[in-house]
Amino acid sequence: MALHCGRACRQYLLHLAHDNVDFRLPEIKALLSLRKRPFDTSETFNEKSPFWQLNGLSEDDIRSVMSRTVCGKSAFELWGHGTTIDELRTSLLEYPAENMAPYLQQNSTYKINVYTFNKTLVFKDRIEKIDALDFLPFKGTVNLKDPEHIFCLLEDYGSDPNDIPEEPFHMYFGRWIADGQRELIRSYSVKKRHFIGNTSMDAGLSFIMANHAKVKADDLVYDPFVGTGSLLVACSRFGAYVCGTDIDYNTIHGIGKASRKNQKWRGPDENIRANLRQYGTESLYVDVMVSDASKTVWRKNAQFDAIVTDPPYGIRESTRRTGSHKDIIKPPEDFSGESHVPVSMAYHLSDIFADLLNFAAHHLVLGGRLVYWLPIYRPEYCEEMVPLHPCLTLTNNCEQTLSSHTSRRLITMEKIKEPEDSDRLAHLADPRFTPYQGHNSFREKYFCGLTKKNGKDSKATPKNKD
Amino acid sequence: MKLLTHNMLTSHVKGVIKGYPLIIKATEVKVNELEFNGQFVSRMIPKLEWSALIQAAGWLGQSQDLPSTLIPDYENDEEFLRKVHRILLEVEVIEGCLQCPESGREFPISKGVPNMLLNEDE
Repeated sequence: MALHCGRACRQYLLHLAHDNVDFRLPEIKALLSLRKRPFDTSETFNEKSPFWQLNGLSEDDIRSVMSRTVCGKSAFELWGHGTTIDELRTSLLEYPAENMAPYLQQNSTYKINVYTFNKTLVFKDRIEKIDALDFLPFKGTVNLKDPEHIFCLLEDYGSDPNDIPEEPFHMYFGRWIADGQRELIRSYSVKKRHFIGNTSMDAGLSFIMANHAKVKADDLVYDPFVGTGSLLVACSRFGAYVCGTDIDYNTIHGIGKASRKNQKWRGPDENIRANLRQYGTESLYVDVMVSDASKTVWRKNAQFDAIVTDPPYGIRESTRRTGSHKDIIKPPEDFSGESHVPVSMAYHLSDIFADLLNFAAHHLVLGGRLVYWLPIYRPEYCEEMVPLHPCLTLTNNCEQTLSSHTSRRLITMEKIKEPEDSDRLAHLADPRFTPYQGHNSFREKYFCGLTKKNGKDSKATPKNKD
Repeated sequence: MKLLTHNMLTSHVKGVIKGYPLIIKATEVKVNELEFNGQFVSRMIPKLEWSALIQAAGWLGQSQDLPSTLIPDYENDEEFLRKVHRILLEVEVIEGCLQCPESGREFPISKGVPNMLLNEDE
């Protein structure tokens, strides 16, 4: 359409990476929401596609999103697109010349990249495609090394690697604006981190979690199952002040057996604070404490901007809480010296989530988000399994498959009202608020599924009876 | 343990009604220099129980002429914000304990980390 639009009518193209596909839309939506902008796209929007058109945004909005996203590879100011080369050409000729002019100046340098999704092109073909664009009024000089402006022709050859078409389904041409933060996945890799544990969250997912939680600079973020602090590391990268608690004394103090293959015991500089120091965010470290998440230590009206956490599933880390109970569990074997945890009892998974949601309802600011992982036994999954609370609204539910019969879901909830006394009885009025009990046998089902896979007859007996 | 955290902690000993604020008994206190961020301090002030903060600062000998009640229009008073920044984030209790004001139960602080775990009979 050849309308004369101001900057607000610009369209942008987002090129997304092809992993964690289900987590991408919630991430981009959350980042746009931080700018108070809606997610507005074309009618032909396909969430699975690596190319998304975005409308109604400014260049600053795009730069802001790209400064945070680990799902987005690059963003472009979209000059034209089409399903055939002729359509692309027409579209480009319709794009207002005055919008192009500032970037095609005679004394500027530029280069044109060609990116093809699901197809490899030989060099000759790339050159041909670039040459086919010479109807565009490029006046500057080509500089492949360090150009002022970068343009890109992006072609979508579909999603079936076994059926690659001769011609692309869709072609886009635009001016490169910014790259996303996928580099953080490498630079924050758990492999290089000073202090890790058996269940440290991988870097990419921890940044996705921080984004789903709409963490922003000067927020105060809390993790009640902090472990080795991977989620706090990610949140601090985005400028939030961070604190966490964990029931495990050794992990909080950074002592005991190491998780690295060739290492027996943890070194002196291995703790959560050291992790933040490694990435230059020690000034954002508030505190970590040894504490039982089922027995809150925070006063009424103590409120956090976000709660980002990965509760134990009972598989690699046991679920524990303090308290006396008839069936007392043996303390975990890997403790150095005296046991610091008073008699442990099994912390039922369904109670973990009920407590977590209740905690979030009381200790999040209004509009603040809770982001956590929910382990799921896939053959039985139904929406009723996702815990609900009258003060929280369910915003996202993204699945990550772990095996044929298990997955975990990244749940995002947003606080919409302050708790009232009547909320405690909410489950009597509305069955959706009753904790789903099926989670408790997750550990059994997880191991049962494994032994069936190995062809063994006997059921594996879990260490802690849930 | 920093005083920002202390301000939000309460005793969760069974049956205790007035468990806030926890009394600080420090045997080792450190003061670190931390980059001043006025925005963050301004955001945290409304979340604080101001009198508890002043009390805690007093226990650590760090009162530093902080006012006993919150001044109005603090967002624009950089000198004030810097004082609050110091007391909230730069002063750390490394060794000592937190004591429940009602039951007397002590929660140890070791290497800057409070241990808030209760035993089974509490």
